[in-house]
Parts: sequence; C-alpha cells; structure tokens
Amino acid sequence: MKKLLLSVLILLPLTAWSASTNNWPMEDFEGDLENLPSLQNGFQLYTNYCLGCHSLQFQRYERTADDLGIPHDIAMENLVFTGQKIGSLITNAMPKQESKGWFGASPPDLTLVTRVRSPEWVYNYLLTFYADADRPMGANNKVYPNVGMPNVLLDLQGVQRQVCSDGNCDQLVLDSGTGKMSAEEFDAAIYDLTNFLYYTGEPTRLQRQRTGIYVLLFLIFLGCFTYLLNREYWKDIDGH
Amino acid sequence: MEKSKSQTGPTKLEAAMGWLDKRFPATETFEYHMSKYYAPKNFNFWYYFGFLAMFVLVNQLVTGVWLTMNYVPSGEGAFASVEYIMRDVEYGWLLRYLHSTGASFFFIVIYLHMYRALRYGSYRGPRELLWLIGMAIFIALMAEGFFGYLLPWGNMSYWGAQVIVSLFGAIPFIGPELMEWIRGDFLMSETTLNRFFALHVVALPLVLCILIFVHLVALHHVGSNNPDGIEIKKNKDADGIPLDGIPFHPYYTVHDIHAMVVFLFIFCAVVFFAPEMGGYFLEKPNFDMADPLKTPDHIAPVWYYTPFYAMLRAATYPLFGMSAKFWGFVVMAGAIVIPAVLPWLDRSPVRSMRYKGIWSRTMLSLFVISFFILGYLGTQAPSKLGTIMAQICTTIYFAYFILMPWYTRIEKTKPEPERVTG
Amino acid sequence: MSDGDVAIDSAKDNNNDATSGGVNTGRRYFLIQATSAVAAVGAVGAAWPFVKYWTPSAKARAAGAPVKIDFSKLAPGEMLSPIVAWRGKPIFVVSRDKTSIDALKSDTSDLADPDSLNPEQQPEFAVNAWRSAKPEVGVYLGICTHLGCSPKHVVTDNFEASGQGGFFCPCHGSKFDLAGRVVKGVPAPDNLEVPPYRFVSDTVIVIGEEGNA
Repeated sequence: MKKLLLSVLILLPLTAWSASTNNWPMEDFEGDLENLPSLQNGFQLYTNYCLGCHSLQFQRYERTADDLGIPHDIAMENLVFTGQKIGSLITNAMPKQESKGWFGASPPDLTLVTRVRSPEWVYNYLLTFYADADRPMGANNKVYPNVGMPNVLLDLQGVQRQVCSDGNCDQLVLDSGTGKMSAEEFDAAIYDLTNFLYYTGEPTRLQRQRTGIYVLLFLIFLGCFTYLLNREYWKDIDGH
Repeated sequence: MEKSKSQTGPTKLEAAMGWLDKRFPATETFEYHMSKYYAPKNFNFWYYFGFLAMFVLVNQLVTGVWLTMNYVPSGEGAFASVEYIMRDVEYGWLLRYLHSTGASFFFIVIYLHMYRALRYGSYRGPRELLWLIGMAIFIALMAEGFFGYLLPWGNMSYWGAQVIVSLFGAIPFIGPELMEWIRGDFLMSETTLNRFFALHVVALPLVLCILIFVHLVALHHVGSNNPDGIEIKKNKDADGIPLDGIPFHPYYTVHDIHAMVVFLFIFCAVVFFAPEMGGYFLEKPNFDMADPLKTPDHIAPVWYYTPFYAMLRAATYPLFGMSAKFWGFVVMAGAIVIPAVLPWLDRSPVRSMRYKGIWSRTMLSLFVISFFILGYLGTQAPSKLGTIMAQICTTIYFAYFILMPWYTRIEKTKPEPERVTG
Repeated sequence: MSDGDVAIDSAKDNNNDATSGGVNTGRRYFLIQATSAVAAVGAVGAAWPFVKYWTPSAKARAAGAPVKIDFSKLAPGEMLSPIVAWRGKPIFVVSRDKTSIDALKSDTSDLADPDSLNPEQQPEFAVNAWRSAKPEVGVYLGICTHLGCSPKHVVTDNFEASGQGGFFCPCHGSKFDLAGRVVKGVPAPDNLEVPPYRFVSDTVIVIGEEGNA
C-alpha cells in the first residue's frame, strides 16, 4: 500500500508538468529526425522566411549539411549567406538593440526554441497566426497572445481569421485561396519547419539514442557475468 | 596452486610487493580496509548506496574535469560554451549528460543512503561521529549542487540563484551586506558566476573528497552496522574475527561490482533516453540564456532541493517582529541541520527499525511520506491548499525528530537477536 | 591474484562459521577471467568518448579550414603582406624573379639541407631547388624550425652564398634562403616547412588542400 502511494506521489508531478498553461488545444507533433527530405525542406524554409530575423547561432552550416545529407556545394549556393564559410555558425545581421525598438522585443535566437517551449508549442504557434487589426503588425497569435512577431508566413498560409461566438473565440477560419499553399501543403511545410527546429535543438539526439541501445545491451551482457561471479562467491556464505 | 615457499622462493610479484611493503603500507592498508575488514554478512539492498555514492562521485569528478576543459566561466561565454560542448566537441553531449544526470543521481543515492541510517539506527553510538561527518558531506553536497547549477548561465540558473541568495538577505542586521558579499556585486552578475565556478570546480570537490576519506576511516574504525542493528564484534571466534563477519574483499567487492552494473544500466537508460527527465533533471527555462530582465514563469529549485524549498515557503506568518521570509529561512536551515542530532534524540533500547515499536515505525513512515509530499509541493507554484499541506508536512517532518526522545522510550520494542538474521 | 586463495582460506581454515567448505576454484577462476575480459572491453568503450573529446572540435576544424590566398598584386622580390594565417600559423608567400630562381639552383654550398632530404618539412612536389610547385612563387610556414619564432623577410644581400635575400630569424640568428632552406651553422636544424597547398589559378592558391600540378 505504501509503495503504491509513493509511486502515485512520484508520478503526479510528471503529469502536472505536461499540462499547458495556455488554453489553446494543441495539435500533436511527432518529430522524425530520420526524415531527411522533411529536414531539408525545413532548413530551406527557415533560411527563406526566418533567418533574416532569427539566428541559429549555436548551429553550424557544415554539420547541418552533413546531418541532413546536403552536399557542401549545394548548401553554399542555396543556403549560406554570402561571406560565410561552410564551417560558420548560422548567424544573421539583425541588430539587437534596434530590433527591440522595431518589434517590442529583439527576435530571439531559435536554435533551442523546441527545448525551451516544446516542439508542439512551436508547431502550433506557427499554425495559429490570425488577422488582428488592433495589433501594430496586423496579426496576433493563439498560442502566444499579443506576440510582437509579424505574420511572415501570411503569403504561404493565406489569411486566417478568428471566429467568436458567445464571447468564446476558439475558432480559426482560413480564407481559402488567399495563400500560395493549400491548408494541407501549409501544414506539411510547418511540420517540416518544426521538425528542422526539433533537429537544431539537439542535433546529437539520434546518435545519443543509437549509442544508448548498444550501451544498454552491453551492460546486460556484462551483468550476466557479474551476477554469476557474485553468486559463485556467495555460495561460501551460510544462508546464501 | 599454492607454491611451497621453501622449495621455489618468492614469485616476482611477491618480491615486488615485499619491496613496496617495506617502504609503504600497501598490503597492510589493503588488508585493514578490504581483505581483513569484516563486514556483517547480512547487508541488504539498503547497503548498496554508500559504494554507489562513491561511484557517482568519481563520475562527477571525471566528467567535471573534462567539461571544465571546454567550459567558459564568463557571462558572455558560459551558455554558448555549454552548447559548444553539446554540438561541436566530440562526445561533448555525452559528457554533459553524464554530469547533469550524475548530479541528480547523486542525490537519489544519498537520500537512500541516509534513509538506511534512519531505518537501521546507523547513527547510534559508537557511530555518532560517522553520522556527523555524513551530515557535513550532505551539506557540502547541497552547496556543490547549488554552485554548479549557476554555471550553465541559463535563465533558471540565474533566477534560482537570485532567489536563494536573497534568502540570506532575510537574516537580521547582516542580511543585505551578506547578500552583497556572497554575490560580489550589487546584483547577480558575472562576478558571482566566476566565484561559484572556483567553488564548484576546486574548493568543494576538495572538501568533499577529504570528508569522504574521513567518513570511511571513521566507518572502518568502528565497523559497519547491519539491518539487525546488533554489534557483530560482540561475537568473535578464536582468532578474533566476528562470527557474523565476512571479509569485505572478495565478498562485498564482487557484490558491489554487480550492483554497479545494475546501477549503470538504470543510469545509462536515463542518460541516453531521458536526460531531461521531463524537465526535472534539465529544466526547460535553462535552455534560454540568463536574462536579468525576464523571470521564468515559475521559479523552482532543482527537484532535490524542493522538499526544503516547500518548507521555506510554508512559513507564512511573521512572528516576534521577524518577517515570514526570515522564519522560512530558519525552518529550511533547521530542517537541513536537525538530522545531525539524531544520535542524541533516539533513546530506544534497540538500534534497528526491525525491533523498534509501532511509534518509531509510524513516525518514520510519516516522515518519509511527508518528505515526498513536500518535494512535490516544492515543484509547484504556491497555492492555498499547497501551503496548508506543506505546513502539515513540515510539522510532521519536525515531529519525527522533536518527539523522538519520547516515543522511542515509551514504545514496546522486540528483543534484539544475538546473531544476525539475514 | 590471490582472490581465490582468500576465499578458500575463509571457507576452510577459519572457525568462522559464516562460510562453508567446498569451493569450485576452476569455475571461480573462469568467472573472474571472463568477467574481467568483458569488463575490460567495457572500460575501453567507456574511455573512448573521453579520448575523442580531446580531438579538434568542429570549431577548431572550421577555423583550421583551407584558406584562399590571392597574390596577383605581389611584385617580384616581395613577400605578401599582411601575412595570412592558416591554422593559426603565418603563411609566407614570396615572389621570386629569374635571378633569384637561378641563384637558388646554383649556389648551395652553405646550406645544411639543400636537397630537402627531410621528408617531414615539405610535400613531394616541393622537393626541388625552389621548394615550391612553381619556381616564381614560394609558399612557406613562417615559423623558424629552431624554437618557433617568426623570421623576417630580408630583401638585401644577406647571404654570402646566393647573394640574394631570404629569411632571418631575430630570436637566435637563424638564416634561411629564398626557398626557405636553412643555412649551415645556425641554431635551426631544418628547412622552413612547406604547407600543403594547390593552385586554383595562376595567382590564387588554397592552403590546406592537396592536389598540385
């Protein structure tokens, strides 16, 4: 009984942690770091739509290209800003002080955003921008209300509006045809972009898990020997 | 197998050991501490954690040294250097996770190790000094963890340290100056980071190693306790060897080696598959750089400090002209320090919980449950119900100690056996 | 090791009745050896990351990446300035005119290693009188082979033998000719090192890449 009580008490905090402080119902996100085409697409989208304001200052081009299966020359041509080398960190020219004045907050570096928030948060954030005339940049966001960031994906997604009924503004409606991509295409693009940021958060994740399997298997193997050795010696002792 | 010495003379190894032993007490020391140190034969699960603590210590020391090779202890460089280790340095990610997981496992092991002492009365005479040295190690370890946590210079590092240092500001008269003295600056800054680095990497590891050495010397001088709480030295054979004792080497060396492999399995499962442990071992706000202008939504210390943090927050009334903040500090410090006087609080005629009465068993169980509840409450934002629960559990925590001289004397105990039972 | 022996002692010789007799020593030794062997493999595996951790990181490799040098503006007899670094080491690029090139071939009597016999100091293509891929351009590491100071490029008549300029190290007085060959009787033991490099065009080289004509 005491054991059951203790295990419940230990597990309780873990459930509390996953509860969102925001009311927006989050769509699930499953990262897939082995899906190289998805990661490559995400990298390209990031370079085109995000890198101007948001650096990835802890990530290097060379490593990203290698992990994603992009040859260095293609990366240099399509993804690397002029003047930077393949081994450079992915920085940008956004000035910290001025940008604070322009946006209300300086656009943060995004290398670790999926570790600070969670991949789900980033995915849902990018999907839930909507038109809001009351905001200085003309857009608001359901996951991060009153965010200072403009809706840079507007031309891809199209115009999304908030629909309110009885004071409940839980619905977002997309004006179809206003964006370059269909709703499904946009969803896939945002999946790729989030997947890419999931990768940059911890580029060694796959290596970590693969190494872990070998380590645990080895320990089981070694454990058999140490168990037998221990049992062999303890035969000497009465009662064992 | 045994060579007859009169026929063939000493082997090369024996000759080499002979040379060494004339100049250094090598064999003597090995025999005193290992092959002729007679430990009770009935050690159970609770007796693994001393050795495991040493193993985790070695892990922290070695991975710590390696991390220090690439860590930069400056305000601008610290956070970036941790990410540099995680990405650019070969296997840096593994060294980092070994160190961060090791820190949490160190406390898991130590809490279990201390629980063993409570359960079997290992703090009773003649082991009072052993227990006090252990308490000193515990406090040094808490400090070591506190200093180390600032080093990644993440946002939780910064604000967590800010909160704890400001606790010292609650001490009357000297508080504000003490805060400034600890920080070395008017606010939490790079100056504080630099000195915490020196303390974490050099000073406290030295202190810990010395204390642990002294801890082992004290232990081997009096001999180990056991689950039955009886002194095995009371029953010796004709050669002066305890009847219930077995040489530590080879029996407990092979025993502990197997324990180490099992422990490593659990440890590596976490390191390789769940190093963040849902945000308890590596906290999410700490993947953001320290920002003096932006506090995280919810500041909590790392899980192993949360029981004491909950007690700190449980003090909500000012008393005798002192603020609630001051009393919170007193309660927290008191909770950490009060176990030190256990040897003098426990008046039971028997040592081990196996033979103690219903009062001791109940109080110990309540103590443990309260400790867990307090730990959980410490991770949560304060709430009305939470505060009441914390106040109740803090009372139970202290009652375990304060009432002990009474309940250990009045309760009906079982007779201790003459020889160990298994 | 006497592990097995101790166990036998406590099992048989003691009055200590915590142990019983009858030890299968063969099995015991086998298990000790087998466990030790597997544990040794584990120890090597555990040590591996700690060893690899010391190797140059991605940052070092990025900083140590090949460097492109354009010397189209270099006049004969001059050394390229400002000095470009590769892996933190100064690269000397000297332009040599016909007189210098001929002098390099002819007068070698005062040189310690005129034929560049020490293979550690230059790649294959630089084993010749001018110690470079093309005689008009010399590319050397600007590090004196004595104790590592950076020599000075001297233009004036500094060397009795070749009568040309060369490199003079101010720290302990070592002298090298315009092909980086060390003079006899100076503290430096070897010729100046030639880094790996290749020509991408007539006036552009990349230090740190192989493949020379």
